[in-house]
Amino acid sequence: MPLAAELSGVAFGYRPGQPVLENVDLGLGEGEFVAVAGPNGGGKTTLVRVLLGLERPSSGKALLFGEPAHRFSGRRTLGYLAQRSQLGADAPATVREVVSAGRLASGGLIGPLRRRDRELVAEAIERVGLQAVADAPLRTLSGGMQQRAFIAKALAGEPSLLVLDEPTTGVDAESQESLAGLLDRLHRELGVTVVYVSHEFGAVERFVQRLVLVRRTIVFDGSPRELPGVWHDPSHVHARD
Amino acid sequence: MLETEFMRLALAAGAVVGVLAPAVGFFLVQRRQSLIGDGIGHVAFAGVAAGILLDVSPVLTALAAAVLGGVVIELLRSRGGTAGDQALALVFYTGIALGVVLVASAGALNVGLFQYLFGSILTITRGDLAVIAGLGAVGLATIGLLYRPLAGLVIDEEGARVAGVPISLLNVAVAALAAVTVALSMRVVGILLVAALMVLPVSAASRVAWSMRSALVLSMAIGLGSALLGLVLAYYADLPPGGTIVLVAAGAFLAALAVGTLRRR
Repeated sequence: MPLAAELSGVAFGYRPGQPVLENVDLGLGEGEFVAVAGPNGGGKTTLVRVLLGLERPSSGKALLFGEPAHRFSGRRTLGYLAQRSQLGADAPATVREVVSAGRLASGGLIGPLRRRDRELVAEAIERVGLQAVADAPLRTLSGGMQQRAFIAKALAGEPSLLVLDEPTTGVDAESQESLAGLLDRLHRELGVTVVYVSHEFGAVERFVQRLVLVRRTIVFDGSPRELPGVWHDPSHVHARD
Repeated sequence: MLETEFMRLALAAGAVVGVLAPAVGFFLVQRRQSLIGDGIGHVAFAGVAAGILLDVSPVLTALAAAVLGGVVIELLRSRGGTAGDQALALVFYTGIALGVVLVASAGALNVGLFQYLFGSILTITRGDLAVIAGLGAVGLATIGLLYRPLAGLVIDEEGARVAGVPISLLNVAVAALAAVTVALSMRVVGILLVAALMVLPVSAASRVAWSMRSALVLSMAIGLGSALLGLVLAYYADLPPGGTIVLVAAGAFLAALAVGTLRRR
C-alpha cells in the first residue's frame, strides 16, 4: 500500500535535552483510518505537527506522499482540524463562511469564490448534515455541530489526508459517537486517509482499522482488537509512566 | 457648519478614517490582536518625533515608522519565538521611549506635538485630505481584494498554514495596512486614540452581526457614523473632536452590547 505519511527514526524536542518524541517509526497507508491516542503530554499533537511538516524533526525523516513533509508540494490536499479552534466565541462567522475558508488553498486567494468552489462548499456542508443551518452563525450551534462545520471546511479542500487533532474536546458523549460515525462514513465514501488524534479513543475504536498509542515513542501499533485489555482502561492510557 | 471649509475638510477626512480604521481593525480584533493598533501608534509617535527633529513631514516619517513597527511586531510574533503580547510590549515601549528622547532632542515638547498625540482634524488642509483619501482608497481596495484570505486567517490560521496558504505574507499585509491606517488617523483622532477607532466599532458590530461579512460592513458603518456624529457634536458643543469621536464609538459599543444581550434573552 503506498504511504500517505511516513516517520522514520524521528526525534523532536522544543527545548534541548527535553525530547517530546524519540525513535518514532510510523507509516500511514493511503486510505487508512487510523486513531492516534495516548496520554495528555505524551507527544500526540507534536507527532502530528512533525508529520504535517509544521515542525522539523531533530533527527530522522518525515515524508508526506514520498516528499519531505516540510516542503511537500501538494499541501492544498491536506485537511487539518487543529486541537483548539482559533475562532473566537464572539466571532460572527456562519457555517458557510467557515466552510468556504477550506477552498482558500485550492480556489485562489484573490477575489470572490468561483462557482465550482461554491458548489464544493455546499457539497461539504451537506456531507456533514448542516445544510439546514448553513447560513446560521457558528456561535449559535452546539459544540458538536461546530466541529462538524470545521470537518466540512477540511473536506471542502478535497483532501487526500485528513488529520483531526482532539476533534471531540468539549463535545458531549452523544455528539462524540455521532462525529465518529460521520468520520467512518466519510472515510468509506471518499476513500480519504483519516488520522484521528485523541487522548481517548473509545468513540472511534469500532471504526478505525488501526490504533497507534504514543507515549514519547510508539508503544502500540495494531488493530484495536489486538490491544491488551489493560490499555482499554482510560486510567492506564492517561498515566504518564 | 458646512459653510466653513475647515469643517467640510474635517468631515471628509473623518469619513475616510471612520470607514478605513474599523475595516482594518476587523481582522485584528477577530484574531484577538486588538492592541496591535495601539503598539503601532506608539511607534508612529517616534516617527513624528523623528520628523520634527529632521524637519521632514512628520506624517511621512510616522508612516515609515508605523510600517516598520507593524512588520517588526509581526516578525517577532511569528518567527522570533516571542509571545504576541511580549512582541507588542517590546515595540510599544521602545517606540514611546524613542519618541520621548527624539522629541526632547528637538526641543519640541509643545503644541505642535500635541496635534499628533490628540489629533487636530480641524486643521486638515486640502493637501492632507488628498493624501488621506488616496491612501484610504488603496487600503480599502486591498481589503476588498484580500477579503477571502484575511477572513480565512480569522477562521482557521493553522488549517490554512497546513494547506500551504502564504500566512506570513498575509500577516505582514495586515500589519502594513494597520500601519497606514494609524498614520492616516493620527490627525483625525490622535496617536493616543487611534486604536479605539480600529477596535470599538468592530466590537460593537460583532455583538449584533449575523455573519462575518455583515460584521465587517456594520463595523465600517459604525466607524463612519461615529466619526461624523462625533465631529458634529464637537463643533456645536465646543469639544475636542478626537475624544468626542471615540466617545461616540464607545456609546455605539454599549448600545450594541445592550441589543445583543436583549436578543439572546
